[in-house]
Amino acid sequence: MEAKRKWDVKKLGPLIGLFLLCIVLSILSDDFLTMDNWLNLLRQVSINALIAFGMTFVILTGGIDLSVGSVLALSSAITAGMMAQGVSGFVAIFIGLLAGTAMGVLNGVLVTKGKVAPFIATLATMTAFRGLTLVYTDGRPITGFASDDIMFQMIGRGYFFGIPVPIILMLVVYIVLYIVLKKTTFGRHTYAIGGNEEASRLSGLRVDRLKMYVYALTGTLSALAGLILTSRLNSAQPTAGTAYELDAIAAVVLGGTSLSGGRGWIFGTLVGALIIGVLNNGLNLLNVSSFYQQVIKGAVILLAVLLDRRKEA
Amino acid sequence: MRPLIEMRSIQKSFGDNTVLNGVDFEVLPGEVHALMGENGAGKSTLIKVLTGIYERDGGTIVVNGREVHYRHPKEAERDGIVVIHQELNVIPTLTVAENIFLGREPKIGRTGVIRHKEMEQQAASYLRRLGMDLNPRELAGRLSVGKQQMIEIARAISTNAKCLIMDEPTAALTEREIQALFSVIRTLKQQGVAIVYISHRMEEIFTICDRISVLRDGQFIGTKQVKETNFEEIVQMMVGRQIGERFPKRNVAIGEERLRVERLTRKGLFENVSFSVRAGEVLGVAGLMGSGRTEIMEAIFGARSFDEGNIYIDGRPVRIRSPRQAVEHGIAMITEDRKQKGLVLDMSVHENLTLPKLEQLAAAGFVQSSKERDVVLTYIHLLNIKASSPDLPVKALSGGNQQKVVFGKWLAMSPRILILDEPTRGVDVGAKKEIYDIINELAAQGVAVIMVSSELPEVLGMSDRVMVIHEGKVQAILENDGLDQETVMRAATGGNI
Repeated sequence: MEAKRKWDVKKLGPLIGLFLLCIVLSILSDDFLTMDNWLNLLRQVSINALIAFGMTFVILTGGIDLSVGSVLALSSAITAGMMAQGVSGFVAIFIGLLAGTAMGVLNGVLVTKGKVAPFIATLATMTAFRGLTLVYTDGRPITGFASDDIMFQMIGRGYFFGIPVPIILMLVVYIVLYIVLKKTTFGRHTYAIGGNEEASRLSGLRVDRLKMYVYALTGTLSALAGLILTSRLNSAQPTAGTAYELDAIAAVVLGGTSLSGGRGWIFGTLVGALIIGVLNNGLNLLNVSSFYQQVIKGAVILLAVLLDRRKEA
Repeated sequence: MRPLIEMRSIQKSFGDNTVLNGVDFEVLPGEVHALMGENGAGKSTLIKVLTGIYERDGGTIVVNGREVHYRHPKEAERDGIVVIHQELNVIPTLTVAENIFLGREPKIGRTGVIRHKEMEQQAASYLRRLGMDLNPRELAGRLSVGKQQMIEIARAISTNAKCLIMDEPTAALTEREIQALFSVIRTLKQQGVAIVYISHRMEEIFTICDRISVLRDGQFIGTKQVKETNFEEIVQMMVGRQIGERFPKRNVAIGEERLRVERLTRKGLFENVSFSVRAGEVLGVAGLMGSGRTEIMEAIFGARSFDEGNIYIDGRPVRIRSPRQAVEHGIAMITEDRKQKGLVLDMSVHENLTLPKLEQLAAAGFVQSSKERDVVLTYIHLLNIKASSPDLPVKALSGGNQQKVVFGKWLAMSPRILILDEPTRGVDVGAKKEIYDIINELAAQGVAVIMVSSELPEVLGMSDRVMVIHEGKVQAILENDGLDQETVMRAATGGNI
């Protein structure tokens, strides 16, 4: 019974796609398969992957969270602002993550208690949080605040046994969430609520509470992604994270998770985030103009979804 | 008379699985022909082969004396064969007339501008001819299910249908709507339209049909004239054995009062509902559809709020504000609509079975798979759920087996009070009997059972007492002591007992 979500061939589609992409790019570019390039690539992927992991839970419950980019920006600005005023890195990081969680909880409250459709609720908070970020930063980047705080520098720029810390953060979060989805009541309930919310409620599940947790999780992970970004750039940009929700949703969908909820897996999201990262990285190595890059990314997403449709039919 | 449709020696397999093996089926003009069989017997496959959704592997289909090979239901419709599905294809935001003429609207020249007046007049004339009491201008979404079904029938007739295939047409209808449907069916018969009537409801089939054809395990068992057969013979043809008494007797010592409901009121839905159920007792709840039966049960289960009233369990007042609290008080509810409210269709049999009690099977949030497997195997065995593997998605099971999964999921939490809302809807005869046995077994174990049902024979066959709801009020609570259908029906329609 353990093997109920088996490794059947259908599910390997995204993984095969990723391998093919890597093979093509390694032929086209000598730099692609180097260690340096991959560490760099994975570090870039970590930001989108962390957000997309949270997004996977939200989408599994049948919801969506458009506010992730704005949550990222506002929580980053809060952390940076506090550090600029001399608050220690540890405290500022903690408050930043907490702010992200709180914003997620607000999304959850709007969706469950307010009964606002997730798309609308998070569209509104996306706009409002972005506005608050601009108010808080006065529209200017916050810079030069953490030149001596080792903890804060570690998050985005540090190494652990030669591996960049963001990659380790991504993998740790992945493993934890993988186990949560696969082994815990929380994971099972997430699938159940997305599969049939009414039946879940009538089975005595705490539907609203679980949804609240799921949005809070996404908020926290968005804030964590923001800290990585801010630490790497050593500045908090008021426009940071704009349109990140699209890459996160794309990663989830590329991984084979159904936007209507109840069906999907987090391994797919990791692969999806890698596909997007590899594509960005490879196209840069090949000097493809950023305008064409967008066209190609869009085409890849469409292709993946079309292939997915065909196997279902 | 030359048959309208003649299917001979139809063969159909999916892989190694033979679904139809030499099935013969013929339909004469102007007859109502019931197609019966347990779930999985091959009824739907036969219809899908006829209308071209599936390609047949062997056999012939002759329509109007011409052999046909439909590749799409549209081609069958061109020959006048139309299927009215259980899930209706009516667009709620369009009017009755717009629905009837959807895709074939009369237009001004080739402009695409619809001639509304003409369309409404034509719709009105079809409706009149069929004796349907419908306003062509009304929005379909405002109409009851029964009237929406009328729209589909009118649409079929307006395309010159010669044969209507109706799949469980009365499943969602009230008694009055069923009578209206039967009168339309009789009108259609007179006009020479043939009806293929697929249903599990024996009483209706014996009321409205002329002939009955029975399938079992993909085999054609036989065709009988309704006048020359009886209930027992048909059931035996369907299940291949005698199933014994339809409603098995139960000898249970009825115990203490378990649940008492006092003056439960929700404005506009139900008022002053008071009743009680005792341990080991089955309380049947009858009433027309829309009388508030389901709403009352939902309120007791915490799925719907109420304005006033009290609920007592074992004599103590309880506050139930959510299904979760109801579950904590030992109440289970098997809902009327298992697909919408009972099951997570994409999940496996095993995940559905443990859904309400997963937390008890977990330690520190981690599901203990060995414990879970024990529970799952126990209930699959106990309820005789036919699934090749517990990991099969529950949507792959037949209706009867799905319903057993719903039972299993609630039995796993050992309820003390069990509310059943239409427990055998869409379930075939064999599985029905099994469900009745389960209910009796639970009562014997001291569970207090409340059973809401629209099938009066079932209510009378299973209950110790019968509560009749009329327009949100308790019209009567009757001891089931030689009670007859007429008495219950009279109360359900507001008559005094």
